[in-house]
Amino acid sequence: MSDKVIYVMYDDDGVLKDGAKKLVSKGVKIADTFSPFPIHGIDPIIGVKNTRLGIMAFLFGLTGLTLATIGMRFFMIEDWPMNIGGKPSFSYLENILSFVPISFEFTVMCAAHGMAITYLLKNKTLPGMPAQNPDPRTTDDKFVMEIRTAENSIEEKELDKLIKDTGFIEIDKKTI
Amino acid sequence: MEFQITQKAKRNIYLLLGIGLVLTLIGVVTGMDSHHFATRLLTNGLIDTFFFFAMGLGALFFLALAYATETGWYASVKRIIEAVAGYLPYGMGLMGLVLLIITLMDGAHVYQWMDPEVVAHDDIIQGKTAYLNPVFFWIRTLIYFAVYFIFLRGFKKRSLEEDKIGGTELHFMNYKKGALFLVFFAVFSSTSSWDWLMSIDVHWFSTLFGWYTFAGMWCTTMVVLIMVTLYLKKLGYLEKVNDSHIHDLGKWAFATSFLWSYLWFSQFMLIWYANIGEEVSYFQMRIDNYKLLYFGMFIINFAFPMLILMSRDAKRHAGILTFIGLIILGGHWLDVYIMVTAGSLGPAAHIGLLEIGMALTALGIFILVILRNLTKAPLTPVNHPFLDESIHHEI
Repeated sequence: MSDKVIYVMYDDDGVLKDGAKKLVSKGVKIADTFSPFPIHGIDPIIGVKNTRLGIMAFLFGLTGLTLATIGMRFFMIEDWPMNIGGKPSFSYLENILSFVPISFEFTVMCAAHGMAITYLLKNKTLPGMPAQNPDPRTTDDKFVMEIRTAENSIEEKELDKLIKDTGFIEIDKKTI
Repeated sequence: MEFQITQKAKRNIYLLLGIGLVLTLIGVVTGMDSHHFATRLLTNGLIDTFFFFAMGLGALFFLALAYATETGWYASVKRIIEAVAGYLPYGMGLMGLVLLIITLMDGAHVYQWMDPEVVAHDDIIQGKTAYLNPVFFWIRTLIYFAVYFIFLRGFKKRSLEEDKIGGTELHFMNYKKGALFLVFFAVFSSTSSWDWLMSIDVHWFSTLFGWYTFAGMWCTTMVVLIMVTLYLKKLGYLEKVNDSHIHDLGKWAFATSFLWSYLWFSQFMLIWYANIGEEVSYFQMRIDNYKLLYFGMFIINFAFPMLILMSRDAKRHAGILTFIGLIILGGHWLDVYIMVTAGSLGPAAHIGLLEIGMALTALGIFILVILRNLTKAPLTPVNHPFLDESIHHEI
């Protein structure tokens, strides 16, 4: 028996969610869902792990903070000592208040850009990359559930029977 | 299900009030002979009445903001916001009383510009008398109180009417009135903080001061809303409020903590940077006499919420929220404490039994009024147009 991918299409996110609940309770493993907008509450149902993007954001932010500090120290204190607000102490620590806004802005910029780029890379959705979703209609008003037979111990026929009860509008199978 | 104050809660509140009054009494008896006693008593009155009045006002502002932006998620916690806003008349009464006594005592060293003898020898205050004089001060104060009260009464009345008749007509009325309130509040939140708090340091001024006070007030309001919600959830009420609502309230507390820290820092940094004598005197007083409290308070109100409330799970955990909430409330009380005492008592100020006792008494009154307000209306609005959205709120 060859491995197959089953794409089940719905025209309502609520129906897909209820269907997914029903399938999961019968022990079916759902690989992924595709939708034009985030379906609230689908993650715990199909068992999507918590994202680690937050950790990346923290690391990017830390990088930004470090870069900003090193940069400002070099520009304003070492390379060309600046008279900051009439306080010519030529010390980074004693003038640290005036460096806070830039540190903050650069931290935010690095965290935001780093997060966006990481997200696009991880999802393989950088501009110009081939589309990952199985059907262009999932970017419009349709919702697709992806089930892989290789990940399920249930027979394909049995799977078909279970899927039938979920109120889908279209079903598509592909051999991989 | 209608809310009833439990016997336990009643007992605890009266216990709190009792402890507060006893401590206040001990503080009064032991401190009566000291030099600045009247000023100390009145600064404490101003601190505590303003601190809790500000929370009621913050709740009224948050309600108006939700109306004006047609927010949906808050519908199932709306009655809690209304209950906290319902403290306003009591807060206005108590603070009005303190302000009246201060005025009758010619400023009582709290508002130096009320003392004709001080004004006669002070060129800087003389330049400000067009704005800072007792008559105009009271005209403004009464206008603020009247406007806040009228809007509060209107919001409350329509909210209860909506329970009976429903429909969208009242909703759009609230929408208009909410937006109108924000217009008034945008001006009044700044000017009232100048009148009541900034004029204590009468030689000094800062245009950021209004926002700074407002941000602190908003933050404490959100903390109180979280605590009341958690308390009611624990008793088994509010079955329509889920984790997501509490998460959202937690986010507000987190965000407003940042807003407050941002404004505190901006005010501090700009004055530090410009280094003009008449501006730095404000911070000089604080750094000379309140160094530990002033910067400690900043760390408490900034670092604690940032580190603890950052994660998603923390904002859904009742224990963590209560813990951080108590810290934030204490931190912001200290903030108001320093705002008031630094300009009036200066080096003579210290936190003793009197301060703690009066704060506890005011807290007891505040809690009692909120719980009483909660019993007066169904805890979940019946016909709010966004109630269904709120019930299905999930983030």
